[in-house]
Amino acid sequence: MTGRNGWARFVGFKVLRLVSLLVGVSVLSFILMQFSPVDPIEAYIGGDMIRVSAEQRSLIEERWGMNESPTERLLTWGQALIQGDLGTSMIYRQPVADIIQERFMNSVALMAVAWLLSGIFGFALGVVAAMRRNSKLDRLICWYCYTLASTPVFWIALLLLMVFGVWLGWLPVGLGVPAGMSADQVTWGDRAIHMILPALTLSLTGVASIALHTRQKLTDVLESDYILFARARGERGFQLFRRHGFRHVVLPAITLQFASFSELFGGAVLAEQVFSYPGLGQATVQAGLRGDVPLLLGLVMCSAIFVFTGNMVADILYRMIDPRMKEELMS
Amino acid sequence: MKQTVERSSEQTTETSPVQKVKTTTQEVRYEINTGLLKAETGTGPTRQTRRRYAGVSNQRFRNPRQRAVIWGSLAVIWIVIVWLTGRLLPAGSTLTSLLDRNLSPTWAHPFGTDWLGRDMFMRTLKGLATSIQVGLLAACGGGLIALLLGLGAATIKAADRVISWIIDLFLSVPHLVSLVMLAFVFGGGLAGVAAAIALTHWPNLARIVRAEMIQLKSAEYIHISHKLGQSRLRIAVQHMLPHLVPQLFVGVLLIFPHAILHEAAITFLGLGLSPQQPAIGIILSESMRYLSAGMWWLAFFPGLALLLVVRAFDVLGNSLKTLTGTGNSREVR
Amino acid sequence: MALLDIEAVSVSFQRPHGWFGYEQTYVIQNLDLSINEGEIVAVVGASGSGKSVLAQAIMGILPANARLEGRISYSGEPLTPDRQLHLRGDELMLIPQSVSYLDPLMKVGRQVEPVTRNSGRKRGFVTRSYMKKTEQELTERYHLPQGTAGKYPFELSGGMARRVLMATATSGQPKLIIADEPTPGIHPEVLAETMKQFRELANQGVGILWITHDVTTALTAADRIAVFYAGDNVETAQVHDFTGTGERLRHPYTKALWNALPQNGFQPLPGSQPLAGQEITTGCSFAPRCRAATVACTRERPQLRKIRGGEVRCFHVT
Repeated sequence: MTGRNGWARFVGFKVLRLVSLLVGVSVLSFILMQFSPVDPIEAYIGGDMIRVSAEQRSLIEERWGMNESPTERLLTWGQALIQGDLGTSMIYRQPVADIIQERFMNSVALMAVAWLLSGIFGFALGVVAAMRRNSKLDRLICWYCYTLASTPVFWIALLLLMVFGVWLGWLPVGLGVPAGMSADQVTWGDRAIHMILPALTLSLTGVASIALHTRQKLTDVLESDYILFARARGERGFQLFRRHGFRHVVLPAITLQFASFSELFGGAVLAEQVFSYPGLGQATVQAGLRGDVPLLLGLVMCSAIFVFTGNMVADILYRMIDPRMKEELMS
Repeated sequence: MKQTVERSSEQTTETSPVQKVKTTTQEVRYEINTGLLKAETGTGPTRQTRRRYAGVSNQRFRNPRQRAVIWGSLAVIWIVIVWLTGRLLPAGSTLTSLLDRNLSPTWAHPFGTDWLGRDMFMRTLKGLATSIQVGLLAACGGGLIALLLGLGAATIKAADRVISWIIDLFLSVPHLVSLVMLAFVFGGGLAGVAAAIALTHWPNLARIVRAEMIQLKSAEYIHISHKLGQSRLRIAVQHMLPHLVPQLFVGVLLIFPHAILHEAAITFLGLGLSPQQPAIGIILSESMRYLSAGMWWLAFFPGLALLLVVRAFDVLGNSLKTLTGTGNSREVR
Repeated sequence: MALLDIEAVSVSFQRPHGWFGYEQTYVIQNLDLSINEGEIVAVVGASGSGKSVLAQAIMGILPANARLEGRISYSGEPLTPDRQLHLRGDELMLIPQSVSYLDPLMKVGRQVEPVTRNSGRKRGFVTRSYMKKTEQELTERYHLPQGTAGKYPFELSGGMARRVLMATATSGQPKLIIADEPTPGIHPEVLAETMKQFRELANQGVGILWITHDVTTALTAADRIAVFYAGDNVETAQVHDFTGTGERLRHPYTKALWNALPQNGFQPLPGSQPLAGQEITTGCSFAPRCRAATVACTRERPQLRKIRGGEVRCFHVT
């Protein structure tokens, strides 16, 4: 990658890839959803289905374009999509784009906090474990991480809910804002308090993979020649890490964090469900339960973009450190 | 023959055990040193016969294989016990008994009872058995798809691009989101959930299979075998299979923990098995309603049990990884 | 009183073997060596004779699966791990083999400057003036071009790298320097300079343990030569013993080594050094290749004897 030209091509490729992925995901999802046994009209009307006559039903079908062939439906949907129209949600009776926009900030805030906390703590734990390899502390940290990796996110969420919400009563039991308050009365503080438990859940479980990964990477670094020499010069402990270890492991850790957007989103879905937190995850679950195809499609695409962004940043970071060394080597 | 053990023990009072220094360990330095030693042309006589110190274990240095075998066996035993008890429990053990409602854990009911008086311990066991079954189906299904597509991608160039693109496609959506979508498509039920999980977990394994196959195909000894006239089938069976099978087996086994966790998650969200069947996810989602009433045992024990089962599969998978040498275990020869 | 005294030192490594046990491999067996102040002792031996491990053992940076038996004394006191911790980087310095021992992501100047509090490092952050001081020292004392301190290790040429590696050891006030193969394949000028610097340091009272496989170069600057074979010190000779056809040398291996050199007849000795074994060997380790070997040589291991101003481990020396 040399200079501006290289970057332009790189970005171009990435955009192309994103588009092709989105197209693939959307087409595939659309086709899949046609096979669902859930009847969208029944899901829409709900319990009052019996009261709807056959005529009314066929009217609805026509309105929704369900008489068209699947390809036609796909094309119509695709066309609307390009124009920015994601359709209307059946559950919430709002444009899908609006719903996503509303809930986007909530989810992103939650995930950002969890991402930062789990990244920092995970990194610190991994470093400590590697520096004190095979000690009691290391074994404790490994045990903790392995256990966490096998723990259901929603169970941790339930436990936290029980302890902090019910028993101690310190934190609210659910929702994104205090119940019964009108929108203009809600402060940032309120929002923050409601976000604490879900964020804590996600942070706790997200620590495991980055801690183990950092531990492995730092262990590898500590077995290298230059560390041996540094030790021969009298460096040890934190000084050794600060001078030599840190810069060799910090980039892999950050790269891994960015590549873990997929897990993050998955965890958010579960945490939001337990705490009834109004984010994208909760919307996904509702859409799936009640057969809201437009909303579900929109959310699937949104999550795909999210994961893609994370992977792309990880890729950029990874390439940035590599060709720099290569370029310098060749100069 | 001189007794070296005695000699070293004579000097133990004066030895300086280097391990006590609180600095980092470097096991690979040793590798490099013996690498140098082995670099000597091996025509010279090796110094006297080797003596194995089997059983005399240094405190801090246990053979990883030993640990893998022990823990792996324990994990298998635990899983089998859980599964069998879950399967073989008589159907009547989870009947409602309105007299015993909402009991906190006692000796008669180790996990307490729920609002219908059902024994949570039995329900949990049954739920675990179901989870293991679903995990089994999903892992095998996913493994099969991964094997076929991975092999296909590695052998046929044209298929490679398509399959790689499909793998990227599946991996670009978070697992849980695609699970929600697939569960919606398949409509729930045991088979549906298993199919959904199989479809979300095959990509990673397929990648591994594909990478392994590509590496094998370009290995020298494969080329040589081919040139020597061995038929493709024979090469495949004799040379490639021994490398592929352990990787595949371990890979499938390692899908289990994820499969079980995801099955519980999907069921928890309400998209999976029907509420009639006791599954951990259902148990936990129902317990949410009673949390504020303080019935903590409804959520605590089932989740803990699930954790232990998932962990057991994880341990089993990692033990096999160490034993078959498919992981990063450089420490063991 | 010797600066460094190594008595009956053995270093072995433990590795898992098979399914349930582990094996122990001896790399250095029963070594005896001493270095006085202001003396340059060259340790000469083929690759795999355990020389680098010796350096690690003295510095105290052996891997965790290594076992050290025997006694090492420094300035008369036993060299415990604690002492090693304090003396490393301060009085005990190591000059590594190659640039791969430098951190590739760190500028050279920062790696040359003293690190521990005792050897002159200031508390707190490295100030600009301190860096300048390092830079100055590099340019003046080692005749390195300006700006070397700001380069990365891979940007250094061979000769520059040698000098930088040398500088890492001499930036403080060392008392004992262990130089691990400091002279492989370098320009004769740089070589001569390195020898000169070693000599200068020795004249100032620094003891130098020089590990090499290059006998010829070692002879130009060392005071004593210790010959290693199969993890063992088979002879310690003065430099002026290495003349003619090696009559003044004591051990058959040393004689063979001397005669194998291109300028001395180029006669190789058949066979090769044995691989690391799991057990301290019975009998002389050189016996299989020795022309003068007798039955006594295979039964018992010869002790180190002082003969004619040097030491040798052989039954048949006069």
